[in-house]
Amino acid sequence: MKILVTVKRVPDPEQKVKFKGTSVDVSAANWVINAFDEYAIEAALRLNENAATGEKLGETIALSIGPKDVSQQLRSALAMGADRAILVGGADEELDSFAVARIVKAVVEREKPDLLLMGKLATDGEASQVPQLCAALLDWPQATFAAQITANAEGLEVKREVDTGIEVKQVKLPAVVSVDLRIISPTAVVNGKTPATHAYQEGPRYASLKGIMAAKKKEIKEISLADLGVKAAPVTKLVSAEPPAGRKAGVKVKDVAELVSKLKNEAKVL
Amino acid sequence: MLYTDEHSKLRQTVRRFVEQEINPHVDAWEEAELFPAHELFRKMGKLGLLGITKPADCGGQELDYSFAVAFAEELGRCNCGAIPMAIGVQTDMATPALARYGSPALKAEYMTPTVAGELVAAIGVSEPGAGSDVASIKTTARKDGGDYIINGSKMWITNGMQADWICLLVNTGEGKPHENKSLVVVPMNAPGVNRAKKLKKLGMWASDTAQLFFEDVRVPQSNLIGGEGMGFFMQMQQFQEERLFGAATTLLGLDRMIQETITYTRERQAFGQSILDNQTVHFRLAELQTEVESLRALVYLTTERYVANKDDFEVVKLASMCKLKAGRLARVATDACLQFWGGMGYTWDSAVARSMRDMRLLSIGGGADEVMLGIICKLMGTLPRRKKS
Ligand SMILES: Cc1cc2nc3c(=O)[nH]c(=O)nc-3n(C[C@H](O)[C@H](O)[C@H](O)COP(=O)(O)OP(=O)(O)OC[C@H]3O[C@@H](n4cnc5c(N)ncnc54)[C@H](O)[C@@H]3O)c2cc1C
Repeated sequence: MKILVTVKRVPDPEQKVKFKGTSVDVSAANWVINAFDEYAIEAALRLNENAATGEKLGETIALSIGPKDVSQQLRSALAMGADRAILVGGADEELDSFAVARIVKAVVEREKPDLLLMGKLATDGEASQVPQLCAALLDWPQATFAAQITANAEGLEVKREVDTGIEVKQVKLPAVVSVDLRIISPTAVVNGKTPATHAYQEGPRYASLKGIMAAKKKEIKEISLADLGVKAAPVTKLVSAEPPAGRKAGVKVKDVAELVSKLKNEAKVL
Repeated sequence: MLYTDEHSKLRQTVRRFVEQEINPHVDAWEEAELFPAHELFRKMGKLGLLGITKPADCGGQELDYSFAVAFAEELGRCNCGAIPMAIGVQTDMATPALARYGSPALKAEYMTPTVAGELVAAIGVSEPGAGSDVASIKTTARKDGGDYIINGSKMWITNGMQADWICLLVNTGEGKPHENKSLVVVPMNAPGVNRAKKLKKLGMWASDTAQLFFEDVRVPQSNLIGGEGMGFFMQMQQFQEERLFGAATTLLGLDRMIQETITYTRERQAFGQSILDNQTVHFRLAELQTEVESLRALVYLTTERYVANKDDFEVVKLASMCKLKAGRLARVATDACLQFWGGMGYTWDSAVARSMRDMRLLSIGGGADEVMLGIICKLMGTLPRRKKS
């Protein structure tokens, strides 16, 4: 099937967050692909291949919105195995969830994919809004926080983990699916072509050296907002951002007796 | 030398691979004094990491040597020296001559599966009686019909217990010691090959280092790499990549050791201040970091020259300098850092103690410091000529 995967760049979560006045300072950020988007790419690649024979079953297109540098993250997606990429030019500060959803919708209308596959959230803002907004704007069925995806004759069966257990959804295509962490476990994606016995390596695949060199030659098509006929026009405004209050260092206890006494007398939770 | 976006993507892949597939197992492998070479190399082969500079007809990527250096540098993230060394033997010590001078049939039989990680390779140069003085090796290959019959022994052979084949330096004639040698591919399961023993070592525990005996080992003459008598020359050429690779793998290890020493000494208090606040400590660490950066610059410079021209004589000198400086610096830096870790550093399981044990090899293996100095002097024109006896 034809799958459009969204790829957002975020500051490396392992880097310390810096603040400048009342906003997060990203001037020295080390940009990486949002982890959940990387999982979405992995899921798309698994849906679109027969892992036993290497046969390709469809096209995987990576889409990112942002400054030109985002092409770096798109190249990483191409190195993993995506076929081509689209970069919509935009300034980070003008891209709130609603703006992004409208831009994605415009690209979907051009590309007409069978599936819009997205990360459940971006690790920078953790808004978790875009997939749902996209589904609403496109008037497509949605299945969010997918932990397992199985392709079948009617579309996709999506399993999602909820507090009470596993919820199973069946969506017709085209659809919007957002993925959760579990989607990268060895047998989380079933496409009917890869043998059921095949177990993937846990996690998003490594970019092989061959993939890295091949990515250099793959297309990254740049589109402007004007080309798409969309204005960013954010509807939310960031008022301020500040670091959480620092925490005091903990203490080490000698033994269980001391722990219990502290929980009783100091923390007063027992 | 400027790393391109492809270099950094390669480094990202290697970094993740080291963090997920190597480092979690290092302690167990060190303890076992063995790592699962076939299993690990097969995974690396799938990612194309064992054939970075190797010809495309062997399944390699045929990239220039700067990619091998980027790879080697990133392997410095391993929490030990043994694994980068074992990998280096496979990619840059046992295989450059075969890739460059091997016949198509020989490459198909040995190079291609080695690039894929199906076969494990070793390099056999040193012998019980000949290490630094390579020209004086005693192992012989005598012609018999269409075969060679090999007799002799090799010492300190990395991957020696697990290797499927070895690139063996042998004497194929009686002539002058620089003109009578050849490189021959010997399958390790050939009758007469005896993996005599795994050697216990100061460091590099996870790597299997073996003593090997060859007793009337028969291999077809088509296993000869290049021409007869070219062995010494090809081995000297092959050493360039080994030395550059070895120097490159030390860089990140030293960086990380210095960083970890900073973190530890910043936390550790004595006499009312952190250890790090003593000027002798932070100045010393600054000095060492400066030297690491200088070594890095030298490695990059040498790589640039090597990429521009593989047969540039200046590269022989520069690669020897890289190896010399890496060995010297590693000794000084591990010693200085261990000192600042105090008793904690002296404990057997500390990372800095492991670095000290592992990196001590650099000044010995692949040509001792003094041998490097000899080469540099020769190319500087300062080495006294030996009197002919
Ligand atoms: C862990 C490990 C792995 C190894 N792996 C391999 C391998 O895979 N394949 C392989 O072929 N070999 C391997 N070696 C062998 C290594 O290359 C040799 O140990 C090295 O070349 C030194 O030779 P030697 O030990 O015989 O030292 P010697 O030649 O006996 O020299 C001893 C010392 O004498 C001094 N010296 C030597 N020559 C001179 C000189 N001209 N001027 C002044 N001083 C001098 C140096 O300080 C030198 O360290 C390995 C060694 C070790 C320890």
